[in-house]
Amino acid sequence: MASPVLYSSAEAEVIAVQEAERSRSPVGPLEFHRRKWLWAIAGATLLFLYIPLLSLMVFSFNNSRRNIVWQGFTTDYYVRAWNNASLFEAFTNSLTIAIIATLVSTVIGSMVALMLWRFRFPLKPVYEGFMALPIVIPEICMGVAMMAFFSAISWPAGGPWPLNLSAIIIAHIAFCFPFVAIVVRSRLVGFNRELEEASKDLGASEWQTFRYVIIPFLKPGLVAGALLAFTLSLDDFVITFFTSGPNAITFPVKIYSMVRFSVTPEVNAASTILIVITVIATIFAVRLQSPAKTAA
Amino acid sequence: MESWRRNPWVFAVLALPGSFWLLVFFLVPLAIVWTLSFGEKTSIVDIAVTWTTQNYARALEPIYLEIIWKSVWISAFATALCLAIAYPIAFLISFLPPRLKTLLMLAVILPFWINMLIRTYALIAVFRRNGYVNFVLEWLWTIGNSVLGAVGLGSYQLLGSSFEPVPMLYNTFALMVGLVYVFLPFMVLPLYATIERLDKSYLEASLDLGASQFRTFFSVTLPLTMPGVVSGIILVFIPCLGSFLIPDLLGGTNAQMIGNVITRQFKEANDWPFGSALSFLLMYVTFLALALRSLFAGRGEREAV
Repeated sequence: MASPVLYSSAEAEVIAVQEAERSRSPVGPLEFHRRKWLWAIAGATLLFLYIPLLSLMVFSFNNSRRNIVWQGFTTDYYVRAWNNASLFEAFTNSLTIAIIATLVSTVIGSMVALMLWRFRFPLKPVYEGFMALPIVIPEICMGVAMMAFFSAISWPAGGPWPLNLSAIIIAHIAFCFPFVAIVVRSRLVGFNRELEEASKDLGASEWQTFRYVIIPFLKPGLVAGALLAFTLSLDDFVITFFTSGPNAITFPVKIYSMVRFSVTPEVNAASTILIVITVIATIFAVRLQSPAKTAA
Repeated sequence: MESWRRNPWVFAVLALPGSFWLLVFFLVPLAIVWTLSFGEKTSIVDIAVTWTTQNYARALEPIYLEIIWKSVWISAFATALCLAIAYPIAFLISFLPPRLKTLLMLAVILPFWINMLIRTYALIAVFRRNGYVNFVLEWLWTIGNSVLGAVGLGSYQLLGSSFEPVPMLYNTFALMVGLVYVFLPFMVLPLYATIERLDKSYLEASLDLGASQFRTFFSVTLPLTMPGVVSGIILVFIPCLGSFLIPDLLGGTNAQMIGNVITRQFKEANDWPFGSALSFLLMYVTFLALALRSLFAGRGEREAV
């Protein structure tokens, strides 16, 4: 994201004059950003995208169970959601799964990215095709495959926490690390291979080059990939729905069971918290991937 | 790029964890489902793999064929709607000055990061019987009635004797809106990627040579951005076809899709072989779509999108 540029007042005046001249001139054939009907479509779509979410967030503070007419501000439903033991447990489970899955898939994904970036090997396109498969196949197919797999090898569903989450974590890593690999690989495209050669010429070992040249360069890509994995894991419903045992409920699965019965302010409150977490993580990820930052 | 032979140890260390995970926790599970799809239920818990094709034959029985057909046309319609909405937006974004460009792009893709379940749930609150849409409609109805009353037509009850909430949930309409709502950003991203890289001088040349905006769009812009269109169609069509959450929460009993049938076979009906066959039918459609895409888009385009 571009950071706001501060103009001096003289510059600002010049810009204002230019803007005024441009707005008076007729719309040029390629000046599509000045065509009102395009803005109308974009505006209507943004309203369509945001009104449901914003109303959900706003009405989570509404002091009414009927949930539709504004009755006054309250944080009561946040307190209730917080004190709802099973909701809280589901939330903790989700965070635990997301953190472990993020750590593992960031490591595995970056290793795959480095391997694909550095090496030429037989059947590479086939390997890359298989690597992309977890991203492209329908989630439900992956979900049922995981369910069938864990039942076929009779993976223990119970056990003490966090072992009861192991199946979900494994499944999450399986669909997260290819995404990390893509993000890290796109960062590697901008790497000047001469730096690596220079490092080796100067006597650095393979490991030293990796540790002091490649890792620092990769850092924004690693963080962006990790945040992507984190949000993907936190958001996943379908695959978790199929892999979770009876006593390993995650936040989306819990919300699903609550939503099926009724729309309640507690669900609004809990959803709002998840939305806020996701949006913050996304903004971080986008900032890290922006060209301005990567150039630095 | 060096050959793996030059540093086989480094290669092995980097390749092993990912390959292991992919093989054991992804390809093997898929292989299991594929094998199960040729199996038979021998008792409540046992499945014998007899290489029967009966499960696939059953999937083509009229009752399931109807659901498959419905899933396909609903997904196709939702994809078309997404394309119609996303193209102008992607086009607008790629002609914006840089600062506005990132801002609008972020605004469009931000909802994509928010949990699909929560977005679907947000739609329920809008569409349900006492949801926001009906609330606004009731408000309009009341205003309309008082206006009629003021002009002396109040006694005729032109707007009905009482407000009737419009049923918007649990039907194909809600399902369709839900699919577009959730998958729209998937369409904007690839379209934006190709329109952004489109050489705008082609458009100038076409307009200079006297073609209308309309003609320029259909003979120059659209053909040149076809790879993005195809990618977008696939990115929306495949998840739509396999979705089960949206039809489950927004669609009614006759707005079921293949995803719901698969889920039911695995969860309630406990008929894993049939569920596996259905999910592999879905996989075959996916592979077909991906094959079509690589046929459409050249290799270079595919890597970029």
